Amino acid sequence: MSASKNPVIAGYVLPGLPQPLLTPDANPGYKDLRRAFDQVRAEIANSNADLIVIYSTMWPSVIGHQIQARPAPEWIHVDEEFHDLGSIPYKLKMDAEFAKLYAQIARERGLHARTVDYHGFPIDTGSVVALKLINPDNRIPATIVSSNIYSDRAETFVLGKAAAEAAERSGRKVVAVIVSTLSNRLHQSFIDPQGDKIHSLKDEEWNQKILEFLKQGRLEDVAQLSRQIHREARVKKVGNFKPFWWLSSFMGANNRYQGDVLSYNSVYGTGSAVISLHPAPHAARDLEFDEDSPDRYQGERNVLAPSGESVSEFSSQLSLTGPMSSSAQSWSGAVPEGSGND
Amino acid sequence: MKTGEIVLGALAPHPPHLVYAENPPQNEPRAECGWETLRWAYDGLRASVRAAKPEVIVLMSPHWRTYVGFHFLGLPHFKGLSVDPIFPNLFRYQYDLKVDVPLAEAICQATAQKGLAAKMMRNPDYRIDYGTIVSCHMINPAWDIPIVGISSHAVSAYFNFDVMETTMKTLAEATREAIAKSGQRVAVIASNSLSHRHFTTESDVPEDMSREHIYHHGQYLWDMKMIELMRQGRAQEVLDLMTDFTEQATAETDSGALSWLLHTLNVPTSPAKIHGYGSVIGTGNAVVEWKGVAL
Ligand SMILES: [Fe+2]
Repeated sequence: MSASKNPVIAGYVLPGLPQPLLTPDANPGYKDLRRAFDQVRAEIANSNADLIVIYSTMWPSVIGHQIQARPAPEWIHVDEEFHDLGSIPYKLKMDAEFAKLYAQIARERGLHARTVDYHGFPIDTGSVVALKLINPDNRIPATIVSSNIYSDRAETFVLGKAAAEAAERSGRKVVAVIVSTLSNRLHQSFIDPQGDKIHSLKDEEWNQKILEFLKQGRLEDVAQLSRQIHREARVKKVGNFKPFWWLSSFMGANNRYQGDVLSYNSVYGTGSAVISLHPAPHAARDLEFDEDSPDRYQGERNVLAPSGESVSEFSSQLSLTGPMSSSAQSWSGAVPEGSGND
Repeated sequence: MKTGEIVLGALAPHPPHLVYAENPPQNEPRAECGWETLRWAYDGLRASVRAAKPEVIVLMSPHWRTYVGFHFLGLPHFKGLSVDPIFPNLFRYQYDLKVDVPLAEAICQATAQKGLAAKMMRNPDYRIDYGTIVSCHMINPAWDIPIVGISSHAVSAYFNFDVMETTMKTLAEATREAIAKSGQRVAVIASNSLSHRHFTTESDVPEDMSREHIYHHGQYLWDMKMIELMRQGRAQEVLDLMTDFTEQATAETDSGALSWLLHTLNVPTSPAKIHGYGSVIGTGNAVVEWKGVAL
């Protein structure tokens, strides 16, 4: 699917802990995250989006995939961990019609999926925080999909494709959001928010690597690193680290984005970043490394190499026959003619 | 003041399916039947709890998962609607419960004094997790005994099962000390399943028992191994095997609740009473009772 045909006009990575909403002044980092949320709100308000679709890592499911379809869910939410920061009253607006279509297409694609439409359903902290901050007046309806604790890449990828198909079929212009931290390790004692910092150097290094990739628009590359991120930078509460699989699949599984890190700070030790991804005509960096099907081995592709290095140093990039976009030629004359297929 | 007493300990798992199948007035969805062997098992435990006459029920729930320390319900009264985020089609329950705040504070304080992170939860808008509600309902549907609700601190995910074990042992010591000082008759409850791999699909009639069975034979073998040790009064061996069991049976003992319970009961050597065992959406669940212990 080319960038122009994909119904997603922008993708966002948003952190889900409540501090930027409830206590933005407790720490300059929280305040900066809040500013970035505000920036996302303004961007969406100025776009022609008519739907926000959220995949929240903070909404686990067991029975397949649950999709929020209550038109106007209303509650006073309290986070089970940070209950002392205050209550979060909310009234949201959901696109029930889209939710039903999404569930139906997910089922057509072999997934077990259902909508949920119950008064008092416990919408997760992350989704509530995100929607309160980026869509405070409910100008645009939203849909939230759960994260199945057992699902892995294939299932999550299909879930992303089902979202894209639902957006296309419904004619919606969509903003895709994943609610997820990067590193998710919280400090294990009660901290003074003033002293908040990323839990460990290892987590910080992984966060920087993810940020570096996303700044280059390399969404699919981050998606393909998900298993390694899960092993090395995530506390393992679920089977795998899935949000980037969903987002990349939804947005077309490529690296053709303008990526902007609007904020990166720690919230109780986690790597919390607000990142925007806008489809770009040119591949920021064509290092897709696993999705082609080569007939001849071209050598190691070194996907962890610094993004700033010249592509000409990667011999395997010179004769890609897979998804290397012809548009990539515009930034590197080293790419041979006719290599693209989209 | 007299020394407090643990009058009973129990493993009381919380699948919402059990409340659903009971059709109590508090729960909105209606069921035709379902999971009877486990519900009959709860009849037995309920009778034992009544006979033991506890003044307080102290319970740890895997579904109040906290990542920074142990949290304790800290207001005298909670009332509201609990909708299960996983099975909202089965569980939409109006709860109304009382908390023994002084005992909760005492356990919290003792836990903190032993060097663990512990805090009280005093937000009146807080919604009680469905694990706490299901176990409490199945043990005491009249809700006439106050509770102490303890969160399960995700130590096993953050560190490993050995750290979980020592952490739960420390929490258990704090629990015992606070109960002793309270002078009250207390029942202690771990609200967790045993093996815990679920099916990820559900039949159109959730209570269709022709579809209900354990997810995997290996889980069943592990559950039976652990239950047999409990029956023989070999709780130390249950603790010794906890790591392997939890990993290999993807057991809900990763919450630490069972470890905390067994340590709170001073690692019982008397045989446990197995009220019953059954699967719920593939997971293994045992309703188990231990005799009380003097403190
Ligand atoms: Fe559970």
